[in-house]
Amino acid sequence: MRLRTRLGAGVAGALNGVSRRLGLGRGTVLGGRAGMAIAPGALAELAAGRLVALVSGTNGKTTTTALLAAALEVGGRRVVTNSTGSNMPAGHFAALAQGAGGTPVVLEVDEGYLPGSVETLEPKVVVLLNLSRDQLDRSNEVRMVAGRWRRALAGSRATVVANADDPLVVYGAELAGSLLWVAGGARWRADAAGCPACGGRIEYSVDSWSCRCGFTRPRPEVSAVEEAGTTTAVFADGRRLPVTLAIPGAFNRRNALMAMAAAGALGVPAEVALAAMGRIEGVAGRFSLRRVQGVLTRVLLAKNPAGWEELLDVVAPGTGPVVVAINARIADGRDPSWLWDVPFERLAGRPVVATGERSADVSVRLHYAGVEHQRVGDPAQAVVLAGRLGAAGADGEAVEFIGNYTAFHDLLRVGA
Amino acid sequence: MARSALRIVVVYPDLLGTYGDGGNGVILASRARRRGFEVDLVEAASDRPLPRADLYTLGGGEDAPQVQAAERLGAEGVLAAAVAEGAAVLAVCAGYQILGKSFPTAEGTASPGLGLFEVATEKGTGARAVGEIVVEAAVPTVGLLTGFENHGGVSVRGPSAGALGTLRRGSGNGDGTDGVWSGRLVGTYLHGPVLARNPALADVLLSWATGRDDLAPLDDRREEALRAERLEAALSSPLSMLRRRR
Ligand SMILES: [Zn+2]
Repeated sequence: MRLRTRLGAGVAGALNGVSRRLGLGRGTVLGGRAGMAIAPGALAELAAGRLVALVSGTNGKTTTTALLAAALEVGGRRVVTNSTGSNMPAGHFAALAQGAGGTPVVLEVDEGYLPGSVETLEPKVVVLLNLSRDQLDRSNEVRMVAGRWRRALAGSRATVVANADDPLVVYGAELAGSLLWVAGGARWRADAAGCPACGGRIEYSVDSWSCRCGFTRPRPEVSAVEEAGTTTAVFADGRRLPVTLAIPGAFNRRNALMAMAAAGALGVPAEVALAAMGRIEGVAGRFSLRRVQGVLTRVLLAKNPAGWEELLDVVAPGTGPVVVAINARIADGRDPSWLWDVPFERLAGRPVVATGERSADVSVRLHYAGVEHQRVGDPAQAVVLAGRLGAAGADGEAVEFIGNYTAFHDLLRVGA
Repeated sequence: MARSALRIVVVYPDLLGTYGDGGNGVILASRARRRGFEVDLVEAASDRPLPRADLYTLGGGEDAPQVQAAERLGAEGVLAAAVAEGAAVLAVCAGYQILGKSFPTAEGTASPGLGLFEVATEKGTGARAVGEIVVEAAVPTVGLLTGFENHGGVSVRGPSAGALGTLRRGSGNGDGTDGVWSGRLVGTYLHGPVLARNPALADVLLSWATGRDDLAPLDDRREEALRAERLEAALSSPLSMLRRRR
């Protein structure tokens, strides 16, 4: 390792420690930026010769990264990851700076940064989950992102583990030299009505899709089959394995299927990977149960319509109180118009509290969705009120707190 | 009205539904129903013939789907025919550009629009216009409009195309105005969706579509709170002061 790279890595580690101690955040970006400034080109050098796996997509990156890391940690092997969700080059630098030279690395990668990261880090495996609208005020339209993935992966030596159910992902992945298709599901289809290949219309059937131009769903090596709240991995040869996780949600079980396939490409048997992933109980606070001013609260993250659609499947069957917390800071996207793409109608009849810096937007949306609700600006007070409203009807169910990015992280800080 | 129910059609949500503007249809339908109108709200996908309606909404979309939507609407002719017979239209962002004479494709070439507005949209030379926008509407009773814009186009109006209003903050058409207002047609760059933040504009559109100017007032406390918050945020920021001085 060059001296400059070693120096950069040392500074990054020290600054991250200082940043964390000062409470300046989760402390990987600051150190990462400083390290990058000291050692340009160091990312490639830190990654050279190591096993690198990248995980990208609009939703599920952080969870899938954690699941894949767990699957690769079998047998006491150490794995390095950017587990705090710092998914751009500065965060990658901070993650790569940890661990001895040979430690495998699993990195969550922002969709827009994936092409650069593929080129710089020369990954062995790239996992592509899904693409849908997110933070339109600062990122590119999803069709453009898919086109960039396509060009970057065409020249890569990586094995690309890609979701065959999402046409935009297939378009981004299909030119890769080594492909492993997984039927990872795609509940949200509103961003892929138009064919990314020809502009025509994609026809969907229950379990497939195709366009008249010939662009069609590839045959998956393994599929997620969902029945009565359970998920089974069904392989092309007919083998079946149950996918059982400690974290809730069909979308997480489908993420686990993607991670299982990626681990398989790196030599970890499917059974072993599934067992290791099944022990993960929470990922960076997501799905965790906490006490917020004494009120039992399940803290959930949903930051765009596709994420909400999946999360409502987890939450909506219940009857307990729900808090909807929305901010519109830069990390959230400054335009919460997307709230109108979320089927909040499904929450009607439950105690609902709107909160966050954009609670006025949430309140108008819920009103037109026919959802009676209260509005409280402060998230912790919103939880307390929701707890009180819920206690009237049900037997002490946890408050479901669903926040977008910064609203979720703010609540993690006040909850214990 | 020939039909008994008031028909509101959201045009091609599969192509022009990227920016949450489908909410405008939901809001119009709810506000009409609460006044006792029977409403037929149709989300008209692009693979079926566009139905005739009293009121159409079009929203923002990505570049390639915008071209498809314009081609389809032009070939079908239903929207233009309905407008000729007096239908009202709210067209936002990509939808607004489609109603003009031409708009730019992703490659920057001009793609033909429906020509319902004497407006030609070109690719702007500066940064994309992204942020809060406030417009002083020319339409009576509407007042200030608040919204969020996110577009790269500059819309050049011809002599027959009056603006929807003048800017208090934001970029809009690129000449100190936003949108076009012509008869019962409104084009604008405002997302939010625009009718969630501006119920008065929703009611003007409903008046045009129903022929009634005596719509009963509704309980708009939530909408007014959102509206006041957004106007305050947009007009009190240092950025808006800078823009106003320019
Ligand atoms: Zn096609």
